[in-house]
Amino acid sequence: MSVPASPENPVSSRTVLADADIDRALTRIAHEILEANKGSADLVLLGIPRRGFPLAQRLALKIASADSSVQPQHIVGQLDVTMFRDDLKHKPTRAPLHTVEPAGGIDGKVVVLVDDVLYSGRTIRAALDAIVDLGRPSAVRLAVLVDRGHRELPIRADHVGKNLPTSSREKVRVHLMEIDGVDEVVIEADS
Amino acid sequence: MRHLLSTRDLSPQEAVQLLDTAEEMAAVSTREVKKLPVLRGRTVVNLFFEDSTRTRISFEAAAKRLSADVINFAAKGSSVSKGESLKDTAQTLEAMGADAVVLRHWASGAPDRLASSGWIDAPVINAGDGTHEHPTQALLDAFTMRRHWSRVAGRESIGSDLAGMRVVIVGDVLHSRVVRSNLWLLTALGATVTLVAPPTLLPVGVSQWPCEISYDLDAVLASEPDAVMMLRVQRERMEAAFFPSANEYSRRWGFTDARLARLDAAVGSDAIIMHPGPMNRGLEISSAAADSPRSTVLAQVQNGVAVRMAVLYHLLSGDRSSNPVEQQEVGQ
Repeated sequence: MSVPASPENPVSSRTVLADADIDRALTRIAHEILEANKGSADLVLLGIPRRGFPLAQRLALKIASADSSVQPQHIVGQLDVTMFRDDLKHKPTRAPLHTVEPAGGIDGKVVVLVDDVLYSGRTIRAALDAIVDLGRPSAVRLAVLVDRGHRELPIRADHVGKNLPTSSREKVRVHLMEIDGVDEVVIEADS
Repeated sequence: MRHLLSTRDLSPQEAVQLLDTAEEMAAVSTREVKKLPVLRGRTVVNLFFEDSTRTRISFEAAAKRLSADVINFAAKGSSVSKGESLKDTAQTLEAMGADAVVLRHWASGAPDRLASSGWIDAPVINAGDGTHEHPTQALLDAFTMRRHWSRVAGRESIGSDLAGMRVVIVGDVLHSRVVRSNLWLLTALGATVTLVAPPTLLPVGVSQWPCEISYDLDAVLASEPDAVMMLRVQRERMEAAFFPSANEYSRRWGFTDARLARLDAAVGSDAIIMHPGPMNRGLEISSAAADSPRSTVLAQVQNGVAVRMAVLYHLLSGDRSSNPVEQQEVGQ
């Protein structure tokens, strides 16, 4: 998940991915997913809110355009991980978000988790716990738009849009048309 | 939100947020694993100085669905009957590791006393105090109404309030904590409330409340309200005669078969019939009304668990030092 902009703190920022770059990265990831899965059989995409969900929807459309047997709205779901996080006691209370299971459930499916930024890996750990309570997929894979490093857990993405070496003092913000009205990935440095 | 003592303490935004969280909690009970790990290792004490089945069981189910441990304490048969004070009882429970206290008490104001006295640190949730307040009941009623109201309006219930909804509450207003909690919450959420009761069962000062008062149930029902809530006639709190006979009460202020038939005959009325339970069938509500498709009695019970999960979650998760609920965004 990405961090919201704080308007009171002017920071130096640079755009690292523009809309065309994001689109190209997603097209590549969609093809990688199909290739790794040897087709679209039993494939399910679970987006982690908020920005993982629109990414999952876009990936599903791209998968559907490559494989006409796929109905994009049937393979996408949303997975809220709030209740499974390990930092609930240390952060202000978070309001939970919606979990939407794909039409066919996830039992026996190949679940591809989709998120915007992979950082500490803790969100993904929470997501793995959340999945267990929904059902038993045959496999779980991870696709992220940006991998910025600094992992705190033994978690690795299967499909990465772009590897961004960052300092832990920088912030990576993903903005998507569906939520922010613009497609871009920005790195902000504390000035 | 540190404690939940009164619905007066809730801002409209906080109330909508609690109801939104409750929607997500309700979704959990449709899943394969009907449990969330959020309150693992926490202990919730149900401290009940007054008889209650559904509220206690509902709180217990809610705490257990969030993986908390639950200790049930009923005053009957405990050291309270030997004369132990509320202070000592509460401190004993906290010494045993209670992280939250759900308090039902016959005395109005007992939860406020417990929360403000500094006797204990744990958050206090008012589960009904005397004739004062019953906030979680009001929240579950508002949740039930919001689902109905958004279905009527054809929109998502998440994020919406009760603006424009007309609610009628009928019966024993004098002894009802449910009506007080509901009144503050429903008006904060934008609904308009009409109270219908015999004059003897209205409290002094009711004209100061933000609602209309009527003594004529049929006239109010003819104006086609969106929800009708029947209150229980609380015989255990009645020391005097407030109405001549049960028959007369039922005829003038009960939801009878005839009133149900008139409501059904009215074109386009999709009003729901609510009751906080336990029902006195044949007194304030007829069996036909209680079992009609309009009745939300069982939905209210079901929603009660989700709403109480939301309350426990908001009070017990998160850093205590910083209060406001954060919109989901932060954290990578």
